[in-house]
Amino acid sequence: MLKMENVSKVYKHRGQLVTALDNATVEIPRGDFVSLVGPSGSGKSTLLLMLGGMLSPSQGRILMEDQSVYDMHPTDRARLRREKVGFVFQTFNLVTYLSALENVQIPLFLAEMDDDAQEERAVALLERVGLGDRLHHKPCELSVGQQQRVALARMLANDPTVILADEPTGNLDPETSQQIIGYLEEFNQEGRTIVMVTHDPRAARRAKRLLRLTRGAIVSAENLVVASETATEDDEEALDAA
Amino acid sequence: MRLQTLVLREIFERKSQLFTSFLAILLGITVIVSIKNITHYSEGAVAQEMDSLGANVLVLPKTATLQDYYNADLQSDTIPEEYVTQLAMANLAGLDNISPKLSVPVQLQGKNYTLTGILPKNEFQAKAAWSGAGVFSRPIGCGATVGMMGSDDKKTLSRKKIIETLEDNEVLVGANVAANLKLKDADTLEVLGKKFTVTAVLPETGTVDDARLFAHLHTVQELTKKGPVVNAIEIIGCCQEISAGLVGKLNATLPDAKVVTVAQIVQSQQNVNRMMSNLSLMFLVIIVFVGGASIANYMYANVFERRREIGTLMALGADSRLVLKVFLLKALLLGGAGGVGGYVLGSIFAFVLGPQLAGIRVWPMWELAIAAIVISVGLTLVASFFPARSAARLDPCATFQEV
Repeated sequence: MLKMENVSKVYKHRGQLVTALDNATVEIPRGDFVSLVGPSGSGKSTLLLMLGGMLSPSQGRILMEDQSVYDMHPTDRARLRREKVGFVFQTFNLVTYLSALENVQIPLFLAEMDDDAQEERAVALLERVGLGDRLHHKPCELSVGQQQRVALARMLANDPTVILADEPTGNLDPETSQQIIGYLEEFNQEGRTIVMVTHDPRAARRAKRLLRLTRGAIVSAENLVVASETATEDDEEALDAA
Repeated sequence: MRLQTLVLREIFERKSQLFTSFLAILLGITVIVSIKNITHYSEGAVAQEMDSLGANVLVLPKTATLQDYYNADLQSDTIPEEYVTQLAMANLAGLDNISPKLSVPVQLQGKNYTLTGILPKNEFQAKAAWSGAGVFSRPIGCGATVGMMGSDDKKTLSRKKIIETLEDNEVLVGANVAANLKLKDADTLEVLGKKFTVTAVLPETGTVDDARLFAHLHTVQELTKKGPVVNAIEIIGCCQEISAGLVGKLNATLPDAKVVTVAQIVQSQQNVNRMMSNLSLMFLVIIVFVGGASIANYMYANVFERRREIGTLMALGADSRLVLKVFLLKALLLGGAGGVGGYVLGSIFAFVLGPQLAGIRVWPMWELAIAAIVISVGLTLVASFFPARSAARLDPCATFQEV
């Protein structure tokens, strides 16, 4: 489904070369739920952006369903994002001057769906995340938890097979975080592949696999489905430290 | 959700930021439309004034000034009536009409008036040689109209000085003369010791003609004992021929007379019109630079402010073309609104201020609406192109970072 082959990303920052990702190789099968953890600046977000076709690697290849993402024309890559990828952002990135309904309609408008169909699907999605009574509220009229649920509904609009979430619970209280992770688990159970960057150990443990990055390199991979059954306090502390 | 919904919502959300740039475009277009509108009608009024003057070339004695002529052509110097024959025989192209006249002061019931001798049309036709010159058989050119006695347009009768017939005991009286002396058609009055019958009372024209009496040229010459002379010869010349050097040819034909064009009288008004035209051009240049810079500055700031939103759109699958369209559609709407608003405001200003500034009635011109919209939209599109392109090339990764 998703594959990174010897991918590196080197930035030039004030004349200095900075390695954000160093020779990373990862394979994420369809239906997987992967948590990316690591300290700030370890390359988690860079990896996520590259998987989403938003940031080209300095070297290596990234494949989505056996298609090399960065060998595509930019317009085709935009279409790929539109049709197969759903992004969830830490700060939600809702368009402030549009209502919840209109925010969810954006991906449908980009997919050139007609107005009635757009509205029908957007209403259904907002009802699914429990916001059927907040259709015409603007983001500033919603709580942060509600805003993130609008963002989840928007992410689901074009029925993506891959969900890329960048610290989706980073700005939320613990209770709302659990609710959002619950939704992500639900989407994963529907067969969607999820890659989630997080600093929240409890959120990270809800995934099926955990990849730990340090200084741009993937230093460990852990299968949490098995590990959760035999988790020790040391493991939790190690995760907290990450 | 449509592209225009996205653009319009953003415009109304941040309207206060847009206000200054919109105002720059709106006011610029308003000023251009008002000036152009007033200038257009002012030029029309000048052209009409030229036409109502009738004669557009004057032959005067060398010592006379144009001011003398318009102060009721009472200059003491005269020129021979023979000049009329010379002009008629010269067969100059563009010479549509010749009207000699002799004016003298007269006193009637204790008040001063002007008695002007004119030559009726039948006098020209009676002279075979003049008729052969084709002065009256020639098609009437631009600016030349023939007023006949008894025609509906009595107002221009005395000004155009082409009167079909005028017997030696007939007189035409101006409106003021008729009012002061209580004269009406068919009344009789005595002037310089001769009895005249009032053939017509001329309608008020607001000119010196209202204080005149018009009689046959030869009768006036006889009564004043001045001999075969005239004060002035008025000529209706075709505009194109005047431009092509008719005045020079007249000067060559009559070297002892002064030939002037009436166009000089309206020169000052034409100068004002030219100044207003230049002013509108100057405003156009100002609006291009100031308005364009203001729009470009606003658009760059808007792109900077919305870079997270742009990145989000790209993450959701928008390509660069769509981002470009978002900003160019905004520019189009801004320009369109500025053009339409500027046209409406400019037309209102012109309508209200036209009579006060230029003494003319001004009506809206649809041609200016097209020009206003084309200028405004063109300007906003050009000024917004580079900011829009920078938005389309924005790094979408900005969406993942704190802005």
